[in-house]
Amino acid sequence: MVKRFGGLVAVDEVSLDVYPGEVVALLGDNGAGKSTLIKCISGVHHADKGEIYFEGRRIRFSRPIDARREGIETIYQDLALANNLDVGANIFLGREVKKRYLGGLIQVLDDAHMRRESEKALNLLEIHFPNLTQPIESLSGGQRQAVAIARAVYWDAKLLIMDEPTNSLGVPEQRKVLELIRKLRDQGVPIILISHTLPDVFAVADRLVVLHRGRKVTEKQAADTDTHEIVQYMVGALDDTRVQ
Amino acid sequence: MLSQVWAWAFLGSLVVFFVIAIQIVSDGTVNFLTIRNSQNILVAITPILLLGLGQTFVIIGAGIDLSVGWVMSLASVLSALAIRAAFNAGLPLPAAVVAGLAAAVAGGALVGLFNGVIIAKLKVPAFIVTLGTSFIVRGIALLLSQNTTVIGLPRGVRSYGNDALIYLIRGEGGGIYFFERPEVTGALLRRMDRILPYPVLMTALVVAIAIFVLRKTQFGRHTYAIGGSQEAALRTGIRVDRHIILLYVMSASTAGIAGFLSTLRFTAGSAVIGDPLLLSSIAAVIIGGVSLYGGAGTVIGTVIGALIIAVLVTGLVMLNVQAFWQFIVVGTVVILAVLIDQSRDLIVGRAKRR
Ligand SMILES: Nc1ncnc2c1ncn2[C@@H]1O[C@H](COP(=O)(O)OP(=O)(O)O)[C@@H](O)[C@H]1O
Ligand SMILES: [Mg+2]
Repeated sequence: MVKRFGGLVAVDEVSLDVYPGEVVALLGDNGAGKSTLIKCISGVHHADKGEIYFEGRRIRFSRPIDARREGIETIYQDLALANNLDVGANIFLGREVKKRYLGGLIQVLDDAHMRRESEKALNLLEIHFPNLTQPIESLSGGQRQAVAIARAVYWDAKLLIMDEPTNSLGVPEQRKVLELIRKLRDQGVPIILISHTLPDVFAVADRLVVLHRGRKVTEKQAADTDTHEIVQYMVGALDDTRVQ
Repeated sequence: MLSQVWAWAFLGSLVVFFVIAIQIVSDGTVNFLTIRNSQNILVAITPILLLGLGQTFVIIGAGIDLSVGWVMSLASVLSALAIRAAFNAGLPLPAAVVAGLAAAVAGGALVGLFNGVIIAKLKVPAFIVTLGTSFIVRGIALLLSQNTTVIGLPRGVRSYGNDALIYLIRGEGGGIYFFERPEVTGALLRRMDRILPYPVLMTALVVAIAIFVLRKTQFGRHTYAIGGSQEAALRTGIRVDRHIILLYVMSASTAGIAGFLSTLRFTAGSAVIGDPLLLSSIAAVIIGGVSLYGGAGTVIGTVIGALIIAVLVTGLVMLNVQAFWQFIVVGTVVILAVLIDQSRDLIVGRAKRR
């Protein structure tokens, strides 16, 4: 994959494999290109070069909905929520459930159903909301993050991408998210996890990929490395592509 | 919802104020709260409301449509030309009127399509596109009407634009009549009230549809989502471009209906009917609590906003206040409405809306 923004090469010939039942952590300093790379996978950006194969098929996404239709769900770093809408509306945004009348001529939003389902999805995270009918702008950062996570998890993803999913959560909620990641992995859902919290990464990741200034500088099994070594890759002190 | 309670309360106090003030000024001879007056107010807000309805959707979607005034004018001219041509070609009057409606809505929709495509696909700011379009449409409307009123419509058109559902004559020799205008003259005619004129009914129907669409359908939900965060809407898979185009088509189409109704009302097409209403319609939308930042607002709010403006204008006229004061008062109310809205956000401590 290659993605340029004008003269800047944000993603520079990075290759990445993810297999069912595995968590791949994507690491790197700020500006390393992590978010850009996953946005190429989720259909937000069009890669300038590169190919995506999903379940063995070559796929091309012109819009994010194409990726979602394939079963690729993404939790974005900026959450991508509509703060003026309530929890249910956000979890079902773009995929609203409707009641049909007159043979589908008139379709009415089924808000009650969407609210019930949203509650179920949130219960999975064991995060309880005082009020599901408030616009989410009245929620805390952590609660909103939970909504974004619940939205991705609700739709039975075939690939789950999480861009710093725990960064505004409290410690108990962070633990819940890590548990959820393990649970989904055990169900066979492949996960790409971007995180800066290395203990979290080592707690759940099977494989680690480190980017530095848009390039992939290493890829290691979690069992074969440690925090100290990974940090050196992240800051550019180590680089597997460099001829020693 | 708080803001809507405010708006209702404000409207209510305005009515109370005018009832009392007009009683005092007229020494108890003039009453503000009459059937006739209420119907006059409804007739007056019809075009403002129709222009404001489409605008409500557009602004909730974080856009703006400055072209609706001249689109209404163009639609008035188009519908007059269509009715005249259809009637002269031998079509029965009802068919000719339907042709007029079709011409008005189609003409409006076409302008809306033009606006929407340039805004959504070419990413030109809505303010600029619709400003430019309003000049273009103005030129076309004046060309088509040859800078004069389009007349020569069949006489029967008048009753479509002015007849009412109910006629009420109180007192001696009076009665209540439905659908059919009673043939009366003199004192009886003077005592006759027209309740729910057809243009008001048609507008009410459009309002009801708009409330339903905004509150209960996926289209309405997506309108809020796009206004709240276009990026979020895009990433969840909403077809944002198509939606924005539809918003401008809707806005111009309701302006088209407004133009059609004005043609029926005056039995003539006019290229200068709509422009003075543009700012009133935006004022109604803003007084009604629609956020210019997008993402917030309701159709009912716009209805209340239009009612507030109409009550103000009618009340001031009945108080014999010089007409120029209307502008000063309406302008002050617009600014106050936004100030109240903002201070509420400050008090509630909501995050700044973008
Ligand atoms: N939409 C964009 N337009 C221009 N430059 C961008 C855009 N998005 C990201 N970049 C740039 O690309 C580089 C990689 O950014 P990003 O992928 O967000 O890094 P990370 O997520 O690893 O912190 C940065 O230099 C950033 O400034
Ligand atoms: Mg990032």
